[in-house]
Amino acid sequence: MWDGGDIVRAMDSVLELARWQFGIVTVYHFLFVPLTVGLTMLVAVLETIWLRTKNPEWLRLTKFFAKLFLINFALGVVTGIVQEFQFGMTWSDYSRFVGDVFGAPLAIEALLAFFLESTFLGLWIFGWDKLPRALHNACMWIVHLGTLASSWFILAANSWMQHPVGYRFNEVTGRAELVDFWAVMVNKVQLGTFPHVILAAYLTSAAFMLGILGWLYLRRPGRDGSERPMYRRGMVLAAWVMAVSGIGVAVSGDVQGKIMTEVQPMKMAAAEALWETSDSCAPFSVLTIGTRDGKHEKWALEVPCVLSFLGTGTFDGKVEGIYDLQEKYRETYGATPGETYYSPGDYTPNIPVTYWTFRWMMGLGVVGSLVGFAVLWLTRRGRTPSGLVGRFLPALAISAPVMVLLGNSMGWIFTEMGRQPWVVFGVLTTAQGVSPGVEPWEVWMSLLGFTALYAVLAVVEVGLLIKYVKKAPDPFVEPPSPSLRGSGPDGADADEPMNFAY
Amino acid sequence: MELTTIWFCLIGVLWIGYFVLEGFDFGVGMLLPVLARDDRERRVMINTIGPVWDGNEVWLLTAGGATFAAFPEWYATLFSGFYLPLFLILIALIVRGVAFEYRHQRPSATWAGWWDRAVIFGSYVPAFLWGVAFANIVRGVPIDADFEFTGTVLTLLNPYGLLGGLVTLSLFLTHGALFIALKTDGEIRGRARALALRLGVAAAVLAVVFLVWTQAITGNLATAVIFAVAAVALVGGLGAAYVGREGIAFTGTFLAIGLAVAGLFVGLFPDVMPSTTDVANSLTTTNAAATPYTLKLMTIAAAVFTPLVVGYQAWTYWIFRKRISIHHIPAAH
Ligand code: HDD
Ligand code: HEM
Ligand code: HEM
Repeated sequence: MWDGGDIVRAMDSVLELARWQFGIVTVYHFLFVPLTVGLTMLVAVLETIWLRTKNPEWLRLTKFFAKLFLINFALGVVTGIVQEFQFGMTWSDYSRFVGDVFGAPLAIEALLAFFLESTFLGLWIFGWDKLPRALHNACMWIVHLGTLASSWFILAANSWMQHPVGYRFNEVTGRAELVDFWAVMVNKVQLGTFPHVILAAYLTSAAFMLGILGWLYLRRPGRDGSERPMYRRGMVLAAWVMAVSGIGVAVSGDVQGKIMTEVQPMKMAAAEALWETSDSCAPFSVLTIGTRDGKHEKWALEVPCVLSFLGTGTFDGKVEGIYDLQEKYRETYGATPGETYYSPGDYTPNIPVTYWTFRWMMGLGVVGSLVGFAVLWLTRRGRTPSGLVGRFLPALAISAPVMVLLGNSMGWIFTEMGRQPWVVFGVLTTAQGVSPGVEPWEVWMSLLGFTALYAVLAVVEVGLLIKYVKKAPDPFVEPPSPSLRGSGPDGADADEPMNFAY
Repeated sequence: MELTTIWFCLIGVLWIGYFVLEGFDFGVGMLLPVLARDDRERRVMINTIGPVWDGNEVWLLTAGGATFAAFPEWYATLFSGFYLPLFLILIALIVRGVAFEYRHQRPSATWAGWWDRAVIFGSYVPAFLWGVAFANIVRGVPIDADFEFTGTVLTLLNPYGLLGGLVTLSLFLTHGALFIALKTDGEIRGRARALALRLGVAAAVLAVVFLVWTQAITGNLATAVIFAVAAVALVGGLGAAYVGREGIAFTGTFLAIGLAVAGLFVGLFPDVMPSTTDVANSLTTTNAAATPYTLKLMTIAAAVFTPLVVGYQAWTYWIFRKRISIHHIPAAH
């Protein structure tokens, strides 16, 4: 597919480099996002349960997962800053084109969500000895609301790129102009995407909790297994969250599939590597072996009619194939848009990537969740499996959240690469969005710089997570319960050490 | 008032908020190797900004987002034109943010030492580069008829730009030292105050030269008044520091930084990014702006949420108003 000349051209192409940079930096940011969204909810729930039951175990779990969450959150924040800047830096023509529509949700996100998250998280972390208990717990709930608000606005912005609505194209300025903000907020793609992404985040963080507690159950049982009841309680809670959100992910994914078939039929065809239109009962292929672009399959595992159902809601629905769609797109959009990156008139995204990422998304999510439930089952009523299962169970427990997390990345790579060659579907191609004034060496520098720094930080973060998981939850210490008035400079606690300090 | 003017002012307010707030936490980071004698004192310093630094940084994110929404052309030209400095600022902000959260996570001195370096690097670089960037916005840069920046990094490193960098650097150092004096107790408090005085004198000299130069480039009567009040606030603040009134002293640098930035914006208006190639290519509040519909929408959002944000951030500062000393620092994990 690629010869030497292509590679040399790519190394010198701002477009190519900018795409790699955007992909790497954004997928990296989204490794932390699902855990932040989900763990703020789980930590808030754990603390609320502790306040209700006064059972010390729940506070120990609260603090334990809060610690892991904070290690994760730090990277979520700093990688987010890059996101905010890189539209202007490497995608300046894109920014000029969409700023009117796209900037508003982004700005409102910062004003509404980021301030909430950062301020109330600071209060929560440092406020154990300064805020009354209920208020302290409320702070974490507010942080969670902040993450939901943040997700809402950024996903609305992204959904607009998938399916532009509520705007008008201004011929004079050559820009998109917002005419209906509400339409952007309730874009039908957004209404499918938001629940799917949020529920996938809950699924991921619940798998994180279940996997880690499963590992602790097996490896850090405490004296005579005294810690095990606590771990079990947490595992059961996590499993419930996983079950509910897992079902929700599948249902919302199904809804999205139908919306996607309607607004971006090419993406659905690409997801299936469906070259020829199937008039009814299109099969869903689970796996294929053959050429990389799926044009010639040697062997395939297929489930009849499921693709028709996924795309249209009926088992005998018609699903259009890539060849037909290619013709249609060429008629609608002409021969030019794909020009720079794709061959002229080519509206087909990278088929192997879309085909496989779609499967890996579902596969990793489902298998990861099943592994989580298996760990719960195998440790029921104080059991500790022996033999081969016992040997691998701790590692398997930890692998569950990793799989689900990678499922999220696959989902995004699919969604974003399946939209190519468009950056704003039907309106602006990716090639047209890149910064015209930026030099290849500059993008090389930032591409390598971010990637190298992110790699180092990933190692540090994983090292810290391992350290604190191995340490297991700290023993119970009753936190102080101050009233707001008593915490001033002259309060009775004036000389006490801080309850938490960096 | 025109919506575009309102948004120019609001973006000015966001940048002022960013510089007066993150200015002191950059200062605290830069002074880490200077003011603290041992690890305990370093932790005292970091904990003075612990609960608030992230909230301070969001002022930058909001300024960026608001620029994107209200003046897309400005956002596009500025961010792609100042690619290299922004890249360095991003790297700095990344390592600095991670350092605060990770520094205390292992009890090893080597570990803490590396994160201290990250805090120091991550505070110096933006403290200097933001000044360079702003000075260049005021001075103007080469911009062609497509609103594309046509200069190079070297274009930005002119004497006026570099002086701007030194001004923000020295002002933030002073601001940070006064913040430490205000928020700590024990030996470090006295040391911080003494250092603030010395740094403050240097900052005052640099700032006055810079503001006079700015007055010569873009000045009018309003900027002259604003700059004069800023200078008075700075000198007054230093006087207050001299007699031991830390609260007033900090208010002085707070006002001085805020007013100086306000003056830069007043001088800039109605341009947002003047072109040195041809005045016709200058980006202005009119030709860089989003549509009235978007601006109106954003105005409503800002009117509702800004007071709320200011309210709860102020409340946070109140909750954490207590001075910190080495007695308050628990043992490392
Ligand atoms: C579905 C959710 C989602 C998605 C698609 C994105 N983010 Fe994100 N982002 C979050 C959900 C989130 C979050 C959960 O709210 C984070 C994670 C860690 C955090 O502090 O908040 C966050 C942090 C975060 C921050 C730091 C906020 C702070 O300092 O507190 C910025 C500036 C961005 N993001 C910007 C972006 C941009 C420009 C994106 C688009 C390319 C993006 N994010 C994708
Ligand atoms: C956090 C979740 C996201 C992930 C993991 C993600 C992933 C990706 C990936 C892998 C690409 C590269 C596609 C390619 O080059 O073929 C891409 C492209 C792009 N995405 Fe996203 N994306 C995310 C969210 C967003 C959001 C929320 C926006 C806008 C608000 C966005 C805007 C873009 C743009 C402008 C491109 C064009 C660059 C390109 O095609 O390479 N993405 N994204
Ligand atoms: C089990 C059945 C699932 C189905 C039918 C499904 C369906 C879909 C579809 C159709 C899209 C593309 C939407 C678009 O481009 O318009 C998508 C995207 C995505 N999926 Fe799934 N998915 C499933 C499971 C999962 C799981 C288990 C995860 C997480 C581990 C996940 C995470 C994501 C993410 C993060 C995206 C990208 C954002 C978005 O567009 O929603 N999905 N999914």
